Amino acid sequence: MTTQPYVRVSDLSRSFDVSKPWLNRVIEGGEKQYLKAVDGVSFDIPKGETFALVGESGSGKSTVARMVVGLLPPSRGEVTIDGVSMTDRKAEAERQRLRRRIQMVFQDPYASLNPRWRVDRIVAEPIRAFKLVEGEADIRARVGELLTLVGLHPDDGVKYPHEFSGGQRQRVAIARALASEAEFLVCDEPTSALDVSVQAQILNLMRDLQDKFGLTYLFISHNLAVVRHMATRIGVMYLGRIVEISGGREMFTSPKHPYTRMLLDAVPDLAMSGQERAPVAGEIPNPINPPSGCTFNPRCPWANERCLAERPPLADGVACHAVHEGRLAVKNAA
Amino acid sequence: MPEETTDHARPVVDTAHGPRTGDVIATPAARLGVLARAWDSDIAFSFRRSPVTIVSAAVALVMILAAVLAPWITPQDPFDAASLNMMDGFTPPGEPNAFTGNVYMFGTDPQGRDMYSAVLHGARVSLVVGLASVAFSLTVGVTLGLVAGYLGGRTEAVIMRVADVQLSFPAILIALLVFGIARGVIPPAQQEQATLFVLIFAIGISNWAQYARTVRATTLVEKSKVYVDAARLIGLKPFVVMVKHVLPNVTGPVLVIATINLALAIIEEATLSFLGAGMPPTQPSLGTLIRSGQQFLFSGEWWILFFPALALVLLALSINLLGDWLRDALNPKLR
Repeated sequence: MTTQPYVRVSDLSRSFDVSKPWLNRVIEGGEKQYLKAVDGVSFDIPKGETFALVGESGSGKSTVARMVVGLLPPSRGEVTIDGVSMTDRKAEAERQRLRRRIQMVFQDPYASLNPRWRVDRIVAEPIRAFKLVEGEADIRARVGELLTLVGLHPDDGVKYPHEFSGGQRQRVAIARALASEAEFLVCDEPTSALDVSVQAQILNLMRDLQDKFGLTYLFISHNLAVVRHMATRIGVMYLGRIVEISGGREMFTSPKHPYTRMLLDAVPDLAMSGQERAPVAGEIPNPINPPSGCTFNPRCPWANERCLAERPPLADGVACHAVHEGRLAVKNAA
Repeated sequence: MPEETTDHARPVVDTAHGPRTGDVIATPAARLGVLARAWDSDIAFSFRRSPVTIVSAAVALVMILAAVLAPWITPQDPFDAASLNMMDGFTPPGEPNAFTGNVYMFGTDPQGRDMYSAVLHGARVSLVVGLASVAFSLTVGVTLGLVAGYLGGRTEAVIMRVADVQLSFPAILIALLVFGIARGVIPPAQQEQATLFVLIFAIGISNWAQYARTVRATTLVEKSKVYVDAARLIGLKPFVVMVKHVLPNVTGPVLVIATINLALAIIEEATLSFLGAGMPPTQPSLGTLIRSGQQFLFSGEWWILFFPALALVLLALSINLLGDWLRDALNPKLR
């Protein structure tokens, strides 16, 4: 056992070139423009735990997920999984061995399965790619086993994805992720495209599988109820930065960052129906031209001069001057 | 009034880990035979619903069959000069010849060649050139379009600009140019046998850009879908992802263009042959037959032009109508 955590993400950043085409820049004038989607994100995930990233649309959650699995190269920073760097170009051979153990479940189950492939071929693809099982009959048996594991029937393998409902497709996607005997699953909003009733089924399935195989999850979501159900630790993202990291329960009982409080106040709650509620003020600013200092300052009721000028570091699990200075008391709503 | 249920306040996410039902589907019913399933498919249904399509499919099928079977179902071999009788020349269709008394359904040309045999053999040459050139441009166009769409960047820019330049010229002009160059390059002794291949190449190369454009556009759409990411995730090489995942999903539009282009390629071949830059009179295609027939049109021997022209129109029209139908049938918005 190494002392390093299973997954370590350090100072991960990614900017995208969103400039106009070269010809337009030359004729119309104008600078190159970059969008900082993710800016200095760091977190660790111990083996067998679930780390959740929450945030509004455009906060960079999915970009983090894509960088962690290696679909997108980061501009800066590093991702290490079980001691192997996902970002170092030299470690390609080791990374190929690691790839088997990392899988991803995507948001849209209608786009994540190739519409021209039968389900058994989709699920068998990682098995064939990593040569985990030899022989057609054995592969078929393994696919049937995987389909049963996610609550489908082995005979469903002969069908095409369009013959399934959204929840069933997500089950197929999970079966594919498990086909390579993965240990670490990155789930990019796996339930946001599903009906509420089906969401619970999929989430429970994912938890059962975690218990059964000791899976480690990086769970991306904008749904706080889902995150509460799944996560052992939660990171709140705002404009490409993590503004608060805390334990799963702590986040809901004693949120620190003003943004986290705002999000929690906005969660629909039947107990509060009919009451006056504080809406989430303002919108996420344009990431091409983010606010100076703390990026949350335009929406923050506690912002002062320092917040406009200085970027707050992440300390004690929160990146907020008001909390650090003691101007904003950590509330204990328990 | 029914009693109000009290469990409506239950949270959205049920934390209980109990057994779940509802999302599990039953065993599929006994699977239908392949033929029965094909008959029941959406495409077959839209085919049965369209009389125009049924008629054009029948016409195309009859003509293609007749062309394929030409050597066995025609009374004479129009390429074999020994089997021709000059005395039979200029026989009008359906009438006995003034000297020999022979009756020809479609009449004869000045050499006494049976026009029925000539048309079937000509259609055979036209179809070979059409099919082969479509296969050629399809291969080139789909490959380049797929590569351009999937790899993007500089590769895409180069391929697509070449396609744009080529699309700004009429296809027939490019085919004529290629044909002219081939004439100059190939030694005269081999020219006659090479003509067929030169035609296929010339017509094929003048049409690849359409395929490339369509495939590139479809590839860009497919590439952004996450099933491609899922394939990349397990470390598949770009080439494997392209061929195994993207290619099967771009075939629909390609099939439509290929069908319509088959009609266009047949017409293009006829145009080239009519202009003299095509099949030689010893190995006539429909275009060559029309070319030799047009000189007799105003002297009253209309049938020498009419029957090859009719065959060309029927063939091109029926294939074109089939292509139109296929485009609508494969378009999910028109279903």
